Amino acid sequence: MTDETTTTTNGAPPPLEPLIYDLSSPGRTGAILPDPDVPEATLPDSLLRDRLDLPEVSEIDVVRHFLRLSRFNYSIDQGFYPLGSCTMKYNPKLNEDMARLPGFAQVHPLQDPSTNQGALALMHELQNWLAAISGMAGVSLQPAAGAQGEFAGILMIRAYHLANGDPGRNVIIVPDSAHGTNPATTAMAGLKVVEVPSDANGDVDLDKLREVCGDTIAGMMITVPNTLGVFERNIEAIIETIHGCGGLMYMDGANMNAMMGIARPGDLGFDVMHYNLHKTFSTPHGGGGPGSGPVAVGEKLLPFLPGPVVSVVDEGSEDEPPLYGLTMPEKSIGRLKAFYGNFGMLVRAFAYIAIHGAAGLKDVTQHAVLNANYIRARLKGTYPMPIDRICGHEFVCQGHFGADEKAGESGTESHEIHALDIAKRLMDYGFHPPTNYFPLIVPEALLIEPTETESKESCDAFVEAMLAIAKEAGENADLLHNAPLTTPVGRVDEVRAAKQLVLCCKPDIADVPSVDVPSVDVPPVVEPPAADLPTPDDSSLPAKQAEPDEGPEPKS
Amino acid sequence: MTYIPHTDADREAMLKVIGVDSLAELFDAVPAEHRFPALGLPEGMSEMEVAWELGGLANSNVAAHHFAIFLGAGAYNHFIPSVVNHVLLRGEFYTAYTPYQPELSQGTLQAIYEYQSMMCALTGMEAANASHYDGATSLAEAVTVARVHYRGKRTKVILSPSVNPEYRAVARTYHQGSDMKFVGDKGNATIPDLIDMLDEDTALLVVSYPNFFGQIDELGGLAQAVHEAGALLCMVVDPIALGLFKTPGELGADIVVGEGQPLGIPLSFGGPYLGFFATNQTLVRKIAGRIVGETIDKNGRRAFVMTLRPREQDIRREKATSNICTNQGLMALAACVYMSVMGKTGLRKVAELCYHKAHYAAEQINKLDGFSVDTSKPFFKEFVVTCPKPVAELNDVLLDHWGIIGGYDLSQHYPDRANQMLLAVTEMNTKDEIDTLAEALSQHDTPHHHDHAH
Repeated sequence: MTDETTTTTNGAPPPLEPLIYDLSSPGRTGAILPDPDVPEATLPDSLLRDRLDLPEVSEIDVVRHFLRLSRFNYSIDQGFYPLGSCTMKYNPKLNEDMARLPGFAQVHPLQDPSTNQGALALMHELQNWLAAISGMAGVSLQPAAGAQGEFAGILMIRAYHLANGDPGRNVIIVPDSAHGTNPATTAMAGLKVVEVPSDANGDVDLDKLREVCGDTIAGMMITVPNTLGVFERNIEAIIETIHGCGGLMYMDGANMNAMMGIARPGDLGFDVMHYNLHKTFSTPHGGGGPGSGPVAVGEKLLPFLPGPVVSVVDEGSEDEPPLYGLTMPEKSIGRLKAFYGNFGMLVRAFAYIAIHGAAGLKDVTQHAVLNANYIRARLKGTYPMPIDRICGHEFVCQGHFGADEKAGESGTESHEIHALDIAKRLMDYGFHPPTNYFPLIVPEALLIEPTETESKESCDAFVEAMLAIAKEAGENADLLHNAPLTTPVGRVDEVRAAKQLVLCCKPDIADVPSVDVPSVDVPPVVEPPAADLPTPDDSSLPAKQAEPDEGPEPKS
Repeated sequence: MTYIPHTDADREAMLKVIGVDSLAELFDAVPAEHRFPALGLPEGMSEMEVAWELGGLANSNVAAHHFAIFLGAGAYNHFIPSVVNHVLLRGEFYTAYTPYQPELSQGTLQAIYEYQSMMCALTGMEAANASHYDGATSLAEAVTVARVHYRGKRTKVILSPSVNPEYRAVARTYHQGSDMKFVGDKGNATIPDLIDMLDEDTALLVVSYPNFFGQIDELGGLAQAVHEAGALLCMVVDPIALGLFKTPGELGADIVVGEGQPLGIPLSFGGPYLGFFATNQTLVRKIAGRIVGETIDKNGRRAFVMTLRPREQDIRREKATSNICTNQGLMALAACVYMSVMGKTGLRKVAELCYHKAHYAAEQINKLDGFSVDTSKPFFKEFVVTCPKPVAELNDVLLDHWGIIGGYDLSQHYPDRANQMLLAVTEMNTKDEIDTLAEALSQHDTPHHHDHAH
């Protein structure tokens, strides 16, 4: 190990929590298992492994370890999480109970369809509901996440042109404001990306779009409202232009929380879109998944849907319910995962739509948009708004202060405040920061999405924190540069992580020094929004470190 | 209004600050003729009504808690200690986002780091990522790694026909737009046959361990042959089997993928599951998906962070290895808790229970007239039985008269395997259940109405 690691254990603060391996004692186990009730067979000695380096801990060790770890997370259940493009709305507890019903949780996916009609009926209904919300002709629930839904959509567009004997259509147009998944998906499908710029209003530049249109265009991917949070005012003209040159229109459904009951992508002319059930329909983000990304299509792409999908295989009668089955669409692009989709997420989304109904979903969108515009209106005048108009469910402002006071001489600290500093300082006020440095076309972007489940009081508290930070930016730049000060760990060294690449603590691979210090008492991150934060004692602060090269935040 | 907290007074005050008169006015930018469509959904329901409706749908399914189940083929009814679900239900874990802000995510980050460590220990590999969607997409991503590794200079992927058919289908779906070619899995190719297919265009050779038929193939010499041809070896593995059998690392694998569902994740009609992915140091910078690494914070305190981020789609965009953003974070946490509580001895014991019970079942069934078990190779928890009649017919009898969910009908994917049933036996199957299965099969011609349920 390098010298730097030695300093970690010599004089550095102790770890927040030991690794589960460090809690191990030889011979201890948390598993309470039966002895075999059948005669024991002879094990094939020559095929067996010698050792298995898993932890040796008791059940209570496990419970306490993971409970302590949980306290070092921030979560929606603890507070406001205005992470733009991620739709961090409340995850109803009912949904968790429903997905865990034994009649759902203990059904094997390969059972005969006659034995899982309840699960298939639920999926069939959800397919219909998602078609109704989008104004599309059909839905496949297969994609495991939004990125996989996108991939399915682009593969379908590709397959459609190939089936039409039009293999020269190999270009997908993507606006420069797009999520990074859009170009990445296009490349994965073997197609080329052409980027079109946005104009000063945040809309796609129509003239530039017309310039690139032609007979190589397979289609265009666009997010509605776009990633700047505004409805494209030229949406109909864009769709007309792409259809006019023989391409298909893909809608990235990441922002459907601004669309439900407001406009249906199918009515607008889109040919294909994906949903993110973990955004719009409240299925939990789970610390990074599982997601669920159903894909919806118009008539043209119905035969190409990924499968299997759920169909009615026998209509039934007055006495007999319909019989559901799993079928593969005629020209399907194929399977995207084993089995049929992230079923547990589908149950949660079903419960969410069932409890809301059509009117309730429209309420959801209206209040998501109300909250976003309210915060936008209150921050306007303090934080620059590159797009100054009514927004959808999110908006982008710029977190940049003191650029003109930038220190020119060596030895003087810069007073310049960046979006990252504001994001980190928000943590000290008890909030999760907004998405920062995305969309890429706005310098110092802070993308703020409150969602409809936050009250006026939550929105106000967040606004007050943002205004207080703007004030601090002018008065005490160091405070922001050193933030966060109240989180379990301070700013982390991302460069070191990538350079040294310690990815596991398996004893015979990484020679990680043992940790002999028990967990320390660090306050959990559940700090309520503090009205009056103490001014930190500057002398106790370490020298400012080089800022990590933090990338933009994508959606998931 | 469901989960929306706004009062009339709130709405009024907020609209005033915005400077509009109504909620509807917020949507003026939407084309008027398409604005505010009727959605054609049912009326909203109360919480109790939704619970009743979903309870009814759930109860109409035949589920493993009321029936003996001998169905596997990629999803397994293993025991899940209660502690797993209790940890998963901590709102701090399941209502958190992807840990992009390490200062607010050390819980998730350390748990993923521990998960990666345990997957390395289990597979005998040097590095593991934070997971893919499922075992099938992990295999598809392994093909992508091979493609990136050889920069398009090698385009052939040799697939063993005894890799899960759905995994092979998904790998093909993923690569329909790429230049990768899949060969080897159309017939009955054995391991030596696959070795014969190696050439200078081969990027990756994929085998399953145990294979889809539950058997442990003779893999000695395979890795050497693959490496001599300049290609990479990928093994699709059952994580429970690795509680007992030699690691893919010892057998020379370059990439190890598999389905983590057996590690504490319920059957849940096929998802969400957990695709694990492990490899060695030379390939780690080419793999897709999230990876957590150890570092320090500005005070020198140990901290964890997502690392090797520049591989990912939000930074690399069209040059990214994959478009993946989500992993199966919560499912990786489930596996992490499961492996912690099982530990060194528990996982071994689960694997041994599977082994002993599967062998007992095979012995009982092999004695029956008209049934024969394939014992040509060592097997773990699944085995193939050749039956005297179509599997679908036998399964109907097992379910209708004996309360047993029977095995997987291999003829669905392998046309020359008519009347062959793949049976899975885990630690959850009691001797009673196994004896009842054998009795039921022995009486398949004269079903009597035996109402068995546990």
